[in-house]
Amino acid sequence: MSVVIQIDGVSKQYRLGEISTGSLHHDMNRWWHRVRGKEDPYLTVTGENIRTRKREAKAETLKRENAEISAFQHSSLSEFCSDYVWALKDITFEVREGEVLGIIGRNGAGKSTLLKILSRVTAPTLGEIRVKGRIASLLEVGTGFHQDLTGRENIYLNGAVLGMTRQEITRKLDEIVAFSGCELYVDTPVKRYSSGMVVRLGFAVAAHLEPEILIVDEVLAVGDFAFQAKCIGKMSEVASQGRTVLFVSHNLAAVQNLCQTGIWLDNGGVAHAKDAIAKVIAAYEHSGRTGSGAISFSAGQHRVQSPLQIETLELLGHDRHSTINFKYGEPIRVRFYLASSESMSQVKIGFAIRTNGLRVTTFYSPLFNVEAGNCKIVEAEIPGGVFLPGMYELDIGASPAADNQSLDYIPSAATFFVSDVGLDRNWVYNRRVSGFVQLPVIWNG
Amino acid sequence: MNEQNANGITPLPDEQWDLVIRPRGRWFDLHLADVWRYRDLVYMFVRRDFVSKYKQTILGPAWFIIQPLLTTIVFAVVFGNIANLSTDQLPKMLFYLSGNVLWMYFSAVLVATSNTFVGNAHLFGKVYFPRLAVPVSLAISHLLTFGLQFLFFLGFWAFYSLRGAAIQMTAAVLLFPALVVIMAGLALGCGILFSALTTKYRDLRFLLEFGVRLAMYATPVIFPLSSITGGRLRLVLLANPMTPIIEVFRLGFLGQGTLHWGWLAYSSGFALLSLALGVVIFNRVERTFMDTV
Repeated sequence: MSVVIQIDGVSKQYRLGEISTGSLHHDMNRWWHRVRGKEDPYLTVTGENIRTRKREAKAETLKRENAEISAFQHSSLSEFCSDYVWALKDITFEVREGEVLGIIGRNGAGKSTLLKILSRVTAPTLGEIRVKGRIASLLEVGTGFHQDLTGRENIYLNGAVLGMTRQEITRKLDEIVAFSGCELYVDTPVKRYSSGMVVRLGFAVAAHLEPEILIVDEVLAVGDFAFQAKCIGKMSEVASQGRTVLFVSHNLAAVQNLCQTGIWLDNGGVAHAKDAIAKVIAAYEHSGRTGSGAISFSAGQHRVQSPLQIETLELLGHDRHSTINFKYGEPIRVRFYLASSESMSQVKIGFAIRTNGLRVTTFYSPLFNVEAGNCKIVEAEIPGGVFLPGMYELDIGASPAADNQSLDYIPSAATFFVSDVGLDRNWVYNRRVSGFVQLPVIWNG
Repeated sequence: MNEQNANGITPLPDEQWDLVIRPRGRWFDLHLADVWRYRDLVYMFVRRDFVSKYKQTILGPAWFIIQPLLTTIVFAVVFGNIANLSTDQLPKMLFYLSGNVLWMYFSAVLVATSNTFVGNAHLFGKVYFPRLAVPVSLAISHLLTFGLQFLFFLGFWAFYSLRGAAIQMTAAVLLFPALVVIMAGLALGCGILFSALTTKYRDLRFLLEFGVRLAMYATPVIFPLSSITGGRLRLVLLANPMTPIIEVFRLGFLGQGTLHWGWLAYSSGFALLSLALGVVIFNRVERTFMDTV
């Protein structure tokens, strides 16, 4: 099948900090270089997009790096080398007709920048992109909605913004309204809608676009579970019609289900070249799982305020070292550090394990008592092999004996990973075993 | 031709692609055909601007008329009665209303379009469409407002002429459509020029906002051109491309004003030049403004 998108050495540079008189100085300098037919002096800066590093530290390393190659560079490099960063650096790949490509990577890896360039929201600094066919990009649902206009008026407005003609929208209006489930409110101003209705209406319009290439960014992050399922369904429908889809998401399961190929971006570069999606996801999951298993919570994370609060959560591996990366077959110890300003009796704590937006299971401790001012430690151990390789999230909470109220609740308190590397020779992960958990079963017959 | 480049990609010639995204487009790659292709979007924007303006107000569209009416009354009292400025023997209300309606269109479009990028950053950051659709639709939606206000002016005109005031239509009234086109071109051209310049350095926006208010005094809105017979002020007035438009409008509808083909040609030339320059610069800016806005 023919190539429909060629991304050829695309880079994107951003300026850090505020735009002020300093930027005027840079603009003049840039203009002066161009007038003399020289290269843009700021493009030679080699700042990599590593956001975790402190800016000062980065400036230091850059100065050091640049000292070696400064022969052909601008003399005042040191003064601006910390001000520019490459959000994308030399990205090259091709997409074929009918391909469903997943783009994965951590926050700040450059995924959204790439999509922005592809959807022509901003231009690349270097490189070229060649496209065949009409592109529709969904970086957001309901773009351009006007609060004071009715649902119907907004369908027209949003559709036009996305590139549909009025006849096209009129033809699909009933379908769009039905898909959104907002029939009753279609003549009410959008500002009276619930936020869920706005999202549904926006997605309904987008779902009825008929582009040759569809670009989708994280729209699945909004909306409830049913809505997400609907989005995925619509996208696989688009994909099955042989149209090209580029899909960015943190939801690895959705990427895996939907895409045939994937590419992994990291720090603005390609960390894993385009390949079968399973390989790319495996490489991504193996990488950089650093992080301490001990997490303390700030006041804002507690959804319920009560005298009893979970202060710290710690995850421990088989050697009792704190970690968030577990091997397949390794027991997972979940340790709670509780503090209470009042003595309480007959309370319990619990935790739920979630993956891909789905709650897999919930565990409750037996009832216990806490004394005022004392720190109480409670630990649960999940035997090895229960959780299959993947990424899991923990929601934790505390409640009295009766379940009618809650003493503390922290959703997404921690994340842990189970790798497909076995703990020892007894634990070898068989890829044919799939799902999230493995439970004991007795076979008869 | 079909050799692999350094990135291991075999680029085909541009004609084989529907779209080539480059760091900098060519200077005259203006996407004007794109604006035409998105004409339904322009229509929707016009509708949105016009319909949503006075939603949830009691007087609704009456506001389109109340504003020029009140301004005109104030002008008539302050400049006509207190300052006793000449109105070329024309009824004060008609004289000020005519200048006001034209000037309000020009200044409203100028200020509104100059805010195109900053005001629509959220929209522009999410989806591509020819950005020129926004200023064009603003010029059109204000044209609808202008149309209403013009009808209102005609009503006043009929009232005064029935009462036998000293006003008469002249042949210059035939130029009215041309005047509207030149005026819209001027406002749009200057507006997009400013909008392109204000994305990075917003100082210009402040300059524009009060500059437009001051510029009214360099336009024959509150006094006729004939009352300024010489000196630098006349030069300033003649340098102002809105001056001939207001003068010819008054001549056509009220019988007092100056029609000078040279001046009118100057206005049209100014409009064309600002439009051409504006569109070119606007297209340069729209490619990367998201990084600087």
